[in-house]
Amino acid sequence: MTATAPMAASVMDALAEVYDPELDEPITRLGFVTSCEVGPTGDVAVVLRLPTPQCAPNFAFLMAADARRVVRRLPEVREVTITLEDHYTGEEINAAIGRGEGFAGAFPGETADDDLRALRELFKRKALVARQSRLCEALLAAGATPEEVTACRVGDLRDRPDARRCLKLRAELGIQCEEDSPAFVLPSGEPVAAEDLRRWLRTARLVRMSLEVNGGICRSLLRVHRGVEIDDPEEVLT
Amino acid sequence: MYERNGEQYFVVDSHLHFWDASPQNWVKGQEQYAKGWIECFHAYMGLGPPETHWPLEKFMKYSEEDFVKDVFEDGHVDVGIFQSTYLKSWYTGGFNTAERNATMAEKYPDKLIVNGRFDPRDGEAGLKQLEEDAKRYNLKGVKVYTAEWHNGSRGWKLTDPEAQVFLDKCKELGIKNIHAHKGPTIWPLDKDAFDVKDIDVAATMNPELNFIVEHVGLPRIEDFCFMATQEPNVYAGLAVVIGGLMHARPRFFNKVMGELLFWVGEDKMLFASDYGIWEPKWQVEGFIDWAMPATEEYADYPAVTTATKKKIMGLNAAKLYDIEVPVELQLRDGGTPAAKEDAQLVESA
Repeated sequence: MTATAPMAASVMDALAEVYDPELDEPITRLGFVTSCEVGPTGDVAVVLRLPTPQCAPNFAFLMAADARRVVRRLPEVREVTITLEDHYTGEEINAAIGRGEGFAGAFPGETADDDLRALRELFKRKALVARQSRLCEALLAAGATPEEVTACRVGDLRDRPDARRCLKLRAELGIQCEEDSPAFVLPSGEPVAAEDLRRWLRTARLVRMSLEVNGGICRSLLRVHRGVEIDDPEEVLT
Repeated sequence: MYERNGEQYFVVDSHLHFWDASPQNWVKGQEQYAKGWIECFHAYMGLGPPETHWPLEKFMKYSEEDFVKDVFEDGHVDVGIFQSTYLKSWYTGGFNTAERNATMAEKYPDKLIVNGRFDPRDGEAGLKQLEEDAKRYNLKGVKVYTAEWHNGSRGWKLTDPEAQVFLDKCKELGIKNIHAHKGPTIWPLDKDAFDVKDIDVAATMNPELNFIVEHVGLPRIEDFCFMATQEPNVYAGLAVVIGGLMHARPRFFNKVMGELLFWVGEDKMLFASDYGIWEPKWQVEGFIDWAMPATEEYADYPAVTTATKKKIMGLNAAKLYDIEVPVELQLRDGGTPAAKEDAQLVESA
């Protein structure tokens, strides 16, 4: 084992905090990190590859920029190079990320939102709806009534992974997430009312399905197109 | 026509291509995009059953014989609709232009329909071209691809004022079916390019036109469903849903179909193979044999009957395109599902 191996592991841990904004899953679990190399002096080179060269440039940029940000935070790291490979706008994105610039640096004159804040927020709201629907269905399946579900507080669901992710999303969206805040909220932050739960769940479940299906297609394409074998929570090619 | 278990299905494949993506057709200097595009399509083929995969070389340019065999002889397709896609920034003669598709349609006039295209950024010249195409190909539909690159622009929206001019021209020319396909780029680049809101607005503003959203708005099925449930003239094109999920992700396929049946309804869903991405044969046969599992997970989705499948397989598209359906292949009682399932229940009791 080389001296850089533990550092490479901590870089990978850091990259696990980078989420595909469209799918709300860590890029490490989706198989998007092709390689991660740490040089003897602490320089880090990360290569990212998406399921197809045609993935939308804005989401591709967000993942590459986030990857750079989380790796640069590590204490022993010196230079960080993020390379998005085999992407149709990879050249523009890599150059801008390398210069430490925002989205407008990659596509000058083609965007009005340098840090893609609105896009990021839109997809965080979708992700929150999807995660909550999973929690809600689990509670209903375990026999809870709509009244019991909507009476749930944040503190009641702490031990579930979806709930932990919900808290992170809520904090980032500025939605209350104290121990006694309602566990199920509308994208606006308002609590879901018991009488609206079924209707809310009907739409929330559709959002969740959409995210899961997109994740499934990405995984299938990675396997077929890139030969990447990845952990697949839902299904496998038969 | 496809026959299975004593039932006969009229098959309209609403999304076909006859493309040329061979290296001879790549625009100089744009080779990486032309190559990337077709390789991306080829990866999608990998989501179908292994025995239906083609080598990349054949996939780049398949022959007329391949088409006839795969679509008509083996694929059960009664009538096919070409969705012409130009991409002239990357392919010298276009990817599959109306002109190229028409070479095939001219040989099989009773079995193939050519859809044209428009791009509002073409302005006056585009309107003139649309008029000529409408006359030459007797257009009843157009395919619009909003992510297409054009003179430095990376996309457009159906709500652009220039687009409405083209939609008005469509009405004037008797083109009533607008097949919309979203792609990864649109200006400004920070927006979600897959957003279907512009189709929503265009559908409301143009009630006399039908808007068929290709690939059911993937990757934004949720936005598409919320829209389609409110707009009577918005339809779901099932290309990619069947080809990309039925084999590779059967559980997701059940759920997507369940949600579409709930939100969009069986009268507004159109079968489509997306050939040459996937051959129609396994999709037609697989879809007719498909049944929603009788488990709790799928319990509150609408029932899938033989009539449901007949509509989706061809009768819905036949209505949109005024295709004559042989009497024996039509639904009896003006669309009321036949009571075959009930009869079977009695028989098996």
